[in-house]
Amino acid sequence: MAASTTVASNTPRPALPARSVWRRILSGDSLAYSVTFAAAAMILLVTGILVWELYSNSQASRAKFGWNFLFTSTWDPVADQFGALPFIYGTVVTSALALCIGIPLGVGAAIFLAELAPPRISDALTFLIELLAAVPSVIYGLLGIFVLVPILRQVEPAIRAVLGWTPLFQGPFYGVSLFAAGVVLAVMIIPFIISISREVILAVPSDQREAALALGATRWESTWDVVVPYARNGIMGSIFLALARSLGETMAVTMVIGNDPKIKASLFAPGYSIAAVVANEFTEATGDMYISALIELGLVLFALTIVINGLARLLVARRNMA
Amino acid sequence: MIRRASHILPFLLLAGGLHAQNVLINAAGATFPYPMYSKWFDDYHKKFPTLQFNYQSIGSGGGIRQVTEGTVDFGASDGPMDDKQMADFRAKRGGGILHFPTVMGADVPVYNLPGVTQQLNFTPEALAGIFLGKITKWNDPELARANSGVNLPAKDIIVVHRSDGSGTTYIWTDYLSKVSKEWETKAGRGTSVNWPVGLGGKGNEGVSGQVKQIPNSMGYVELIYAVQNKIAYGKVKNSAGVFVEASLASVTAAAASSKEMPDDFRVSITNAPGKDAYPISSFTWLLIPEKISDATKKKAIKDFLTWMLADGQKMAAALSYAELPKAVLAKEQKALARIQ
Repeated sequence: MAASTTVASNTPRPALPARSVWRRILSGDSLAYSVTFAAAAMILLVTGILVWELYSNSQASRAKFGWNFLFTSTWDPVADQFGALPFIYGTVVTSALALCIGIPLGVGAAIFLAELAPPRISDALTFLIELLAAVPSVIYGLLGIFVLVPILRQVEPAIRAVLGWTPLFQGPFYGVSLFAAGVVLAVMIIPFIISISREVILAVPSDQREAALALGATRWESTWDVVVPYARNGIMGSIFLALARSLGETMAVTMVIGNDPKIKASLFAPGYSIAAVVANEFTEATGDMYISALIELGLVLFALTIVINGLARLLVARRNMA
Repeated sequence: MIRRASHILPFLLLAGGLHAQNVLINAAGATFPYPMYSKWFDDYHKKFPTLQFNYQSIGSGGGIRQVTEGTVDFGASDGPMDDKQMADFRAKRGGGILHFPTVMGADVPVYNLPGVTQQLNFTPEALAGIFLGKITKWNDPELARANSGVNLPAKDIIVVHRSDGSGTTYIWTDYLSKVSKEWETKAGRGTSVNWPVGLGGKGNEGVSGQVKQIPNSMGYVELIYAVQNKIAYGKVKNSAGVFVEASLASVTAAAASSKEMPDDFRVSITNAPGKDAYPISSFTWLLIPEKISDATKKKAIKDFLTWMLADGQKMAAALSYAELPKAVLAKEQKALARIQ
């Protein structure tokens, strides 16, 4: 490319007919460059506008509460007192729980589908998983209320019997809870983890497997010690995407989380998440401070997503170096 | 084509001064009266095909905001605008805003008490105590006194409230604020409040769903929702000391027996006097700007309101909304003259 430009600038350029100039532009690298650049710039632009709007519209609330907004837990629209802590807590806890359940199941299933399952079963299951990923979240929420919560109420004594000694599983259980929200989120993110991780594992060159097998590794050893580490970055990517989805999930969470802005150590207690409170209260919010506080919650969620994703990436980067 | 035009013509003359071109009137606001409004706007459009109302049920808060910003021709709300919002409107739009009650709604206490088949009675003290978290057991003396002969269990009461901001919550908390000083200072009235106790359910269906699933729970839902979904609900003691069951008639009675109606119709009729009045009732309002610069739209909106106060009211009962009492209708007809 560099060579061709030098040639072009040294030799006097013959006058080209209009049609061939046009063709040159159409087939040229410069056009592709500008079009793809514009597409990429859109991402930056949209993100920029988003942050700016959230920032400027939350001015009143930021001025009144300052950093205290993040560390207080009163949410009182009548008295115009707003603190985000219970919502941050609920968001982080439900997402963490979803990942705890989702990662082993999702990555496990992906390994099975990509490496161990007969191709026919693998294809059929993959099709089903992609269907699951497309189910609207309100459906998951309804399933949560009408199916999952009653089941949880049945199995609760068993969970309590095994894990009741930890502070995480104490206090009364009403069904709707942080626990229920975490389980629903796990069900929602598992298809993402499976679908992407499977693709990534399938993309590992077969030389890698063959080399491992040639060295006398068993099938499982080649999968676990060679293929999975090779695909690790892609698997991590699928987990980040799942995490982002669970942090921002609104509808399904609000239907099963109990919507009670209190911080309790027990996963059996009801809680609240950032996305859920914004969706619940924004339409009927009237006061300026109230709306401003809700918009600031949006800003907090945005920042939270960046921080958590950043930390996770840092962790991966350090492990890759080690 | 010509024949169809000749059908429309008499209506056009009736509407008077309406041009043959289409008029689109935008409105936004409360979700609770949406089925009623959409029926009205639809029927009115059939009568006057050139006139179309576009109503977005985005919530009362949104309705107030949008009419204040001037992005819609009129708004709708389940709670009256407060003085600050009225001043805000005047500052931005250079004219006042009028409240026109359209229909009425009510909240009812619903509960799930296994083994109890009788309809429960709730005193104001019991409701306030339960929602404040002070009455925690079903066999509390306050509940037992009002329900003699009912075998109330010694179980914890699990409270369910709305998690989304809503007019239903406004009515409920407005009532609790009137009957309990403690509620007024601790939580107050609003479309969302800082609930002392309880789980949040999204929408009427969320609350009733949780009440159905959780034994020994109680919550509150819109009367219409309870009627249409055949959910059992309790009677509430009104300020005359009578336990009244919510019904379209007892809700209308609350408005009729309510104290002197103010000229701007911004009145809460919860805890209304009168022995037939159901105490947790409320109006829902259209928010009409005093000054409408577009003459065609002004005429159309005024004509619609006139029709709504007469023929429109007759459709309310079929959709389970309580109609307005005669005195209120007459007063509203007079208020129409204030739209300039």
